Amino acid sequence: MKKAALLEAKDVKAYYSVRKGYVKAVDGLDLVIEKGITLGLAGESGCGKSTLVNTLMMNVKPPLYLVEGTIVLGGKVISKMDRSTLKKSVWGVLASIVPQSALNALMPTKRILDFTRDVVSHHMDVTDSEVASMAEKRFEELNLPVEALSFYPHELSGGMKQRAVIAVSTLLNPKLLIVDEPTSALDVSTQKQVLKMLMDLKTTGITESMIFVTHDIAVLRQIADWIAIMYAGKIVESGSTEDILHDPEHPYTYCLINAVVTPEPEVRKRGLTSIPGEPPNLLDPPKGCRFHPRCPKVMDICRSTEPMLVEIEGSRLVACHLFPPNT
Amino acid sequence: MPLEVKNLTRVFVVGLFKRKEILAVDGVSFGVKPGEFVSLVGESGSGKTTTAKMILRLLQPTSGSIMFEGRDVWGLKGIDELRWYWKNVHGIFQDPYASYNPLHKIDRILYQAFTLMRHSGADRDVMVEEALREVGLRPDDVLGKYPHELSGGQRQRIMVARCYLLRPKLILADEPISMIDASTRASVLQLFSKLREEFETSVIFITHDLGLAYYVSDEIMIMYKGSIVEKGSPDEVIDHPQDSYTKRLREDVPLLYRKWAGF
Repeated sequence: MKKAALLEAKDVKAYYSVRKGYVKAVDGLDLVIEKGITLGLAGESGCGKSTLVNTLMMNVKPPLYLVEGTIVLGGKVISKMDRSTLKKSVWGVLASIVPQSALNALMPTKRILDFTRDVVSHHMDVTDSEVASMAEKRFEELNLPVEALSFYPHELSGGMKQRAVIAVSTLLNPKLLIVDEPTSALDVSTQKQVLKMLMDLKTTGITESMIFVTHDIAVLRQIADWIAIMYAGKIVESGSTEDILHDPEHPYTYCLINAVVTPEPEVRKRGLTSIPGEPPNLLDPPKGCRFHPRCPKVMDICRSTEPMLVEIEGSRLVACHLFPPNT
Repeated sequence: MPLEVKNLTRVFVVGLFKRKEILAVDGVSFGVKPGEFVSLVGESGSGKTTTAKMILRLLQPTSGSIMFEGRDVWGLKGIDELRWYWKNVHGIFQDPYASYNPLHKIDRILYQAFTLMRHSGADRDVMVEEALREVGLRPDDVLGKYPHELSGGQRQRIMVARCYLLRPKLILADEPISMIDASTRASVLQLFSKLREEFETSVIFITHDLGLAYYVSDEIMIMYKGSIVEKGSPDEVIDHPQDSYTKRLREDVPLLYRKWAGF
């Protein structure tokens, strides 16, 4: 029996409408996030990671459209809701997202405390001083300096700004927190502080589950329970962090892990390999398996038939013809 | 030794009324042997790029000396001496966009290499195409295009292709693969080792990625607040760090096969 799901996405298709047609950034994707887990979403740039997480929150604005699929979050079918309902009853309370550009998107003339008011005022009828004491309490809980609340964005360092943004967006204890490349622009020491804080959010019970989007698999090793590998708008493999790292099944996962270098003897021994070619253009993705033009283990069937995501053992899912269904 | 840097220092003066001095590079000394791959590792603001700019003659040092093959780099005079230096010392930068003139097609930056080499043979087109293939680019994809039409990774790889044409004695690569996806990094790194094996090219590799430095270098130098705080072979620096900053850096880098304590 599986644990209860916090989020269930079925056959999600999210396309960007452009002059030349549709960019199929997320194309027929199923995803379940159980309560209490941190899911790491990894893949090369342009594989649709950011589009997927925004779609999961129904943060879709033209030219991006949800073409097909249902998304159920905390028992509510959010794929049918309009923007104002989403604002009232989903965003900030059920799920929050910290987008990739969050650090540079803060209004420079507002203090951190003002952003806090914006988050809370949509959902509660509270006075400014109540919001302030709420924010102070939360900053203390997360070991952040309370003074930071009265600072302007430019007065904070990159790492501090990122931690403040995360603290503000989780003020109303959303069940799901989505962070998109939160540490890519930071030095390693600052990165560790941000990751530590994300861990604290879960251990203190402020958020239940988390989706962490990154291209850095070594970071996922530290904080994710579960990893999903995305390629050209689809999930090609998912499984527990240990399984994915030590025993990657999909050729793409294998290549992706072998392209990571960390200061470890194992990595020196194994060497660094590159994946030939470039990710496909999603306006016109290749027929059959989308990885076949770059795959070292390509077979005839890969060129014509698209592999299904099948369960191979435990809850390990792989979409590759090397693992046909019913075996 | 092709390159010998002694006591290199650079002070930046900022402010119009209230003058403030910033010591960006503070008495840095090191040498690079023929065919050696040296990494300069440090966090942003540690003075890595300033050091590289001084070696490339883009920024005058406040004090100290830079000797390349026995000649003082900042004492070079006349176009012939400078040409000799430009041909032998090549830079690849963090932001490759700044290396290009946006009004000219990218072919120009490649063919300029022939001017430096005083090469005017008919085999130039073949050489350019070969160099592009070496860095994993299809000549048709990039030739005849303007810099803004290419991706960051493609622009960086073209600078590496230029290296391949020039065959310099020393390459200063400042975060040369930061814009290239992890999956294609290996091919560019292999090109550096090929140049090193075939022509004894030395490489100074500037990066914040300790994992990459550990993987590719003969020697790692750790830079912190303008000084080199530790240097040695990758094994010495990574497995037995002496300096407290190196130790901290070592602990903060996320690893693939080991989990952090408390996580």
